[in-house]
Amino acid sequence: MPLYHTEDQAMLADTARGFLADEGNIAKQLRHFRDIDCKDGFGHALWKQFAELGLTGILVGEADGGLGMGHVEAGIVLEEIGRNLTPSPFLTSSVMAAAALGAGSAELKGRYLPGLLTGDSVFAVAIDEGPKHRPERIRTRAERSGNGFKLSGNKAFVVQGGSADMLVVAARTAGADDDNDGITLFAVPRDSSGVSLDVVRLVDSAQAAHVTLDAVQLDADAVIGEVDGGREVLNRVLNAGRVGAAAESVGVAMGSFEMTTTYLKQRKQFGKLIGEFQGLQHRAAHLYSELEIARAAVIKAQQLLDAGSEKAELMVSVAKAKAGKAAGLAVKEGVQMHGGIGMTDEYDIGLYMKRDRALAEFMGDAYYHAERVAQLSGY
Amino acid sequence: MSDLDGFRAEIRAWLEANCPPEMREPVRDEDDVCWGGRKFKFKNPAQKAWLDACVAKGYTVPDWPKAYGGAGLDPAQAKVWREEMNRIGARPPLSSFGIWMLGPALLKFGTEEQKVHYLGQVARGEIRWCQGYSEPGSGSDLVSLQTFGEDKGNHWVVNGSKIWTSYADKADWIFCLVRTDKANKYQGISFLLFDMESPGVSTKPILLISGNSPFCETFFDNVEVPKHQIVGELNRGWDVAKYLLGHEREMISGAGGNDRLNTIGAFAKRAGLEDPLLRADLAMFDVDALAFSAMGEKFLDEIKVGKAHPAQPNMMKYAGTELNKRRHELLMAAGGSAALEWDSEGSNGGSKARSWLRTKANSIEGGTSEVMLNVISKRILDLPGA
Repeated sequence: MPLYHTEDQAMLADTARGFLADEGNIAKQLRHFRDIDCKDGFGHALWKQFAELGLTGILVGEADGGLGMGHVEAGIVLEEIGRNLTPSPFLTSSVMAAAALGAGSAELKGRYLPGLLTGDSVFAVAIDEGPKHRPERIRTRAERSGNGFKLSGNKAFVVQGGSADMLVVAARTAGADDDNDGITLFAVPRDSSGVSLDVVRLVDSAQAAHVTLDAVQLDADAVIGEVDGGREVLNRVLNAGRVGAAAESVGVAMGSFEMTTTYLKQRKQFGKLIGEFQGLQHRAAHLYSELEIARAAVIKAQQLLDAGSEKAELMVSVAKAKAGKAAGLAVKEGVQMHGGIGMTDEYDIGLYMKRDRALAEFMGDAYYHAERVAQLSGY
Repeated sequence: MSDLDGFRAEIRAWLEANCPPEMREPVRDEDDVCWGGRKFKFKNPAQKAWLDACVAKGYTVPDWPKAYGGAGLDPAQAKVWREEMNRIGARPPLSSFGIWMLGPALLKFGTEEQKVHYLGQVARGEIRWCQGYSEPGSGSDLVSLQTFGEDKGNHWVVNGSKIWTSYADKADWIFCLVRTDKANKYQGISFLLFDMESPGVSTKPILLISGNSPFCETFFDNVEVPKHQIVGELNRGWDVAKYLLGHEREMISGAGGNDRLNTIGAFAKRAGLEDPLLRADLAMFDVDALAFSAMGEKFLDEIKVGKAHPAQPNMMKYAGTELNKRRHELLMAAGGSAALEWDSEGSNGGSKARSWLRTKANSIEGGTSEVMLNVISKRILDLPGA
């Protein structure tokens, strides 16, 4: 399959670009909800608009009422979300939770998918347990209890956890903390007894929760997939989240880069446009090169995931690491090339730097994924 | 889609039957590369059998039209061909500046007669070409070139000299930039083809820091070139030259290379890898190498259907050569003192050290990295005054 968008995908990109530029732009969404100190950090009205376009169900199968599309298409939407820094539960709900529910029973799908499709529900994913992404180690325990399970443990960096109706929780039903097997995924209603959340605002104005699970009693039908066999579903969720976050990073980088090259063509110093200086030209050209490569890695990973290729996992880590590094460079150069105004809150370029920092951590940073590339390559 | 699957099965079966096992071994050094040409000596019968089999099917240049010696594959089929070649680690049957550089330029600017004649020779590996571009006073500033062709009615008489002419001493013919109008800088250059055995042509190899001499100085002393051996219009050779440079940069970028050869961490591990910080650098390198490999694939897909930015080969050249230099720096670090050996048998004649030094030219030849960045700034980013 060629590594560019099909006609249908190009049409989707046009739609997503127009929609998010109009409705999801920085003034209307990020700044607005930040400045009113919104408890959710995003707008529910926009989430309903996502639903009206069918986008909340982009990865949900057609039989279940969704669009039945793949990671390339989800990535197209995420790139525009990134470009506009749109605060949205799309990645956690429509990409990651949807990937989990795709492996769930008909009963679970019936319980949760309708709310996702209408934009009435928001979901979050509770995987990390410390400040760094390390899903190989799951300490949260789920013990058999009555007809179901009792969950206890702590989860961190649960983005949009405070607004979510349901949390996808990875817990251990067997084995030791670092075992590959013995993981089970649960769909945990946020209002379950024993679930408490400490919601904190992050540097990029997103709301994330520290979640404490204190003997949370769940029925057996809260299990997503197989008991003890959750690693496979978890990997599916992680791949979706990682390649999705990489696509969003590319969008953040492109938004920052476009703003910066525009500035290079406007700002004058020493009687010249600063874009005339070779010192800046070469850095901008190098950055362009890195961004093109990151974008290629991302679309390659998306296609391999959609094709169910065994090479997908390696390429997903390549994409997350490369996109993280390239976007990190884009926002740092963006602030530096803007000079003094790059440091002001009034100017948007700094917002790109903040969003990039959060995305770089989400689902594993470049160090984590380079380590994975080494391990998957046999060294 | 099923048509393509059928084609893939056909290619796979053909490769199985026709690609000799020796030609599925990685290329270890220059000797393993089949360049073709009048003076070429095959290293072994397998190399010749592989070339002959591919020539018969047009597979030395799979996406060229059949009339010019190709197999007439469309972009999707050509991609299947590359993938199936990579799958078994098959060596290219023929490597040639005729394929990578002159061919694309002739396909665009050549007359029908020139295409049939020269492209056919290239496809069959009969003529080895070299490139006469740089001059002692014209490196990055190529357009200042001085080699002059004086109009003598039915022919030109060419005088001057070229430098960095790759394999000029092994080549049969040269495609050469020659000034045909001294008053016009850009529109005073013509793109000429001539035989390296023409009276007045001489070459002198240049010894490089790698200890090898892939480049020559090439001298023209009253060389007669018939008028029909011009490509494109008189004094408009710069258009041909620039177009060809795009393909040269694409070639040097290494786009379309094989992943197994691009990444180096696993290779270093087999040679013993104990330093955790080196391992970390290797992992970061492999991330970049695999990402660039995807970029190469995307670039080739896009260029075939006209979706790539026309200046994109400059980005590919920049990124690919900088990556390759980094690759060889890391291979030297991983190799330790063993990689320093210069001519021992165990080091295969110092191949690591020599390759490392050779890669330093990657970001100079075909346009320096700095020139590439200038071109990206101007033509892609549209920055002012660039």
